[in-house]
Amino acid sequence: MTSTPALVVDNLRKTYSNGVEALKGISLTVQPGDFFALLGPNGAGKSTLIGILSSLVNSSGGDAQVFGVSVNKQRSEAMRLIGLVPQEINFNQFEKPFDICVNEAGFYGIPRKIAAERAEKYLKELRLWDKAQMQARTLSGGMKRRLMIARAMMNEPKLLILDEPTAGVDIEIRRSMWQFVSAINAAGTTVILTTHYLEEAESLCRNIAIIDHGTIIENTSMKRLLATLDVETFVLDVTAMPDELPSLPGVTLRRRDEHMLEAEMARSHDLNSLFAALSTHGIMVTSMRNKTNRLEELFVRLVEGGRNGKEQAA
Amino acid sequence: MSNTAANLVALNTIVRREIVRIVRIWTQTLIPPAITMTLYFVIFGKLIGSRIGTIQGGFSYMQYIVPGLVMMSVINNCYANISSSFFGAKFSRAVEEMLVSPMPNWVILLGYVTGAVARGLVVGAMVLGIALLFTSLHVAHPFITFLSVLLGATIFSLAGFVNAVYAKKFDDIALVPTFILTPLTYLGGVFYSVKMLSEPWQAISHANPILYMVNAFRFGVLGISDVDVGVAFVVMLGFVVGLSIVALQLLKRGVGLRS
Repeated sequence: MTSTPALVVDNLRKTYSNGVEALKGISLTVQPGDFFALLGPNGAGKSTLIGILSSLVNSSGGDAQVFGVSVNKQRSEAMRLIGLVPQEINFNQFEKPFDICVNEAGFYGIPRKIAAERAEKYLKELRLWDKAQMQARTLSGGMKRRLMIARAMMNEPKLLILDEPTAGVDIEIRRSMWQFVSAINAAGTTVILTTHYLEEAESLCRNIAIIDHGTIIENTSMKRLLATLDVETFVLDVTAMPDELPSLPGVTLRRRDEHMLEAEMARSHDLNSLFAALSTHGIMVTSMRNKTNRLEELFVRLVEGGRNGKEQAA
Repeated sequence: MSNTAANLVALNTIVRREIVRIVRIWTQTLIPPAITMTLYFVIFGKLIGSRIGTIQGGFSYMQYIVPGLVMMSVINNCYANISSSFFGAKFSRAVEEMLVSPMPNWVILLGYVTGAVARGLVVGAMVLGIALLFTSLHVAHPFITFLSVLLGATIFSLAGFVNAVYAKKFDDIALVPTFILTPLTYLGGVFYSVKMLSEPWQAISHANPILYMVNAFRFGVLGISDVDVGVAFVVMLGFVVGLSIVALQLLKRGVGLRS
């Protein structure tokens, strides 16, 4: 017996009143319990898709089903299953975090006593309990983002949608947010994440869809996608460098400054031969790191590849 | 939990939040109308009114203007409350908290209207209390008094909601009170009986919905009216139904709220 998918998007379309076609009939499926990355450049259609799923945007065609419940036909029932952490701060900044959470629960019909217990639980888990009775406008940017996660958890959703939740948040808070969301996911909540921090998506998500210009250009597992990457670029710190860089078979060397080199090579190319060749030319490597993370590399290729293809077709 | 129970919890949440807001900013919501109306009573009622003598039905000018001023403060405050609160929620995007919830549109509308009516009634009671410092009143028809003030408050709460839905900037919620509400209120028989007007102004005045609200309320308090009270209630009920349909349609279509 197969379980009902957490999300089925079926030929979803959206054309805004100004004629912009934000979604051109996209379809995708997210399985229950998944941690799903929805990536794409700015203006690709990610927020429009999330807007339709959360009923903030009216679709122009197609449908989406959350655990088998149609967002178009059974809006109220579908909304009970979703928790949304939007991109922009969207709570009343003059209210207190505790009240924001309790009121949110109230909108979902959750009695005040239960709402107060949940507010305490999630504000504590997101390390905001000591700020619970302060005006929300006095919170830092990172705290406001965590407050929106706590608020989204008040109806204990089966599907949590996070739309760039860590934008502008420092690394420590970002990590604590991911620990919380990972724990929520491990407990069974399906998570859909959009982010521009691709290392986050790479480390957290099991499956991925990339949207560009309102169409899905890639929809696969993270593992399978990363396996398609055939070239890697390393940044090498070196003690000394000749005036002219040597020509090495299978490796493209680029000078970044007097003590830094970039080496682009096939993933199958072994590093020992690279070090040996550099050593022969008097270049001693003191440290090495990946130039970009693997997903970022793929993301750029896919998006640029899609655009080049369209330009050629035009 | 049944849908009805969930909707009641949601309704209670909005009303509670609105009342907390009214109390939190009481210096903006409750005190200004009390000060304004005290000035009206002192200047128009006491100083000028003492030279006018009785105006209609043997009532002093001060007694005559009390119902109109109470109704004026009620409708102004209902309108101001809902338009600023709902537009503020739109402006800060906090309205999205409600739009993404399972709550039906009628709960959102009823919650905001109830909050605005609550402020209108509190302000109305305060203004009535201030009036009693200047004159004595005996409420002729308590039920009609209550019903007319409730309907008047509801009408202008609904109108304020429609205004807030359409508003794109804060100026837009000030336009209607300045250019429509205030002239209609002043020409709606608050300070005078429309029977004092010559034709065609008397007939034209009957196109003003505020005339019916003020006179229904005046009938409830003093037992006198320029219009048939039955007609006044039909007009008011008509506005409540009509504006409710408009507001619910706007919410359903997501005008100004959903893309």
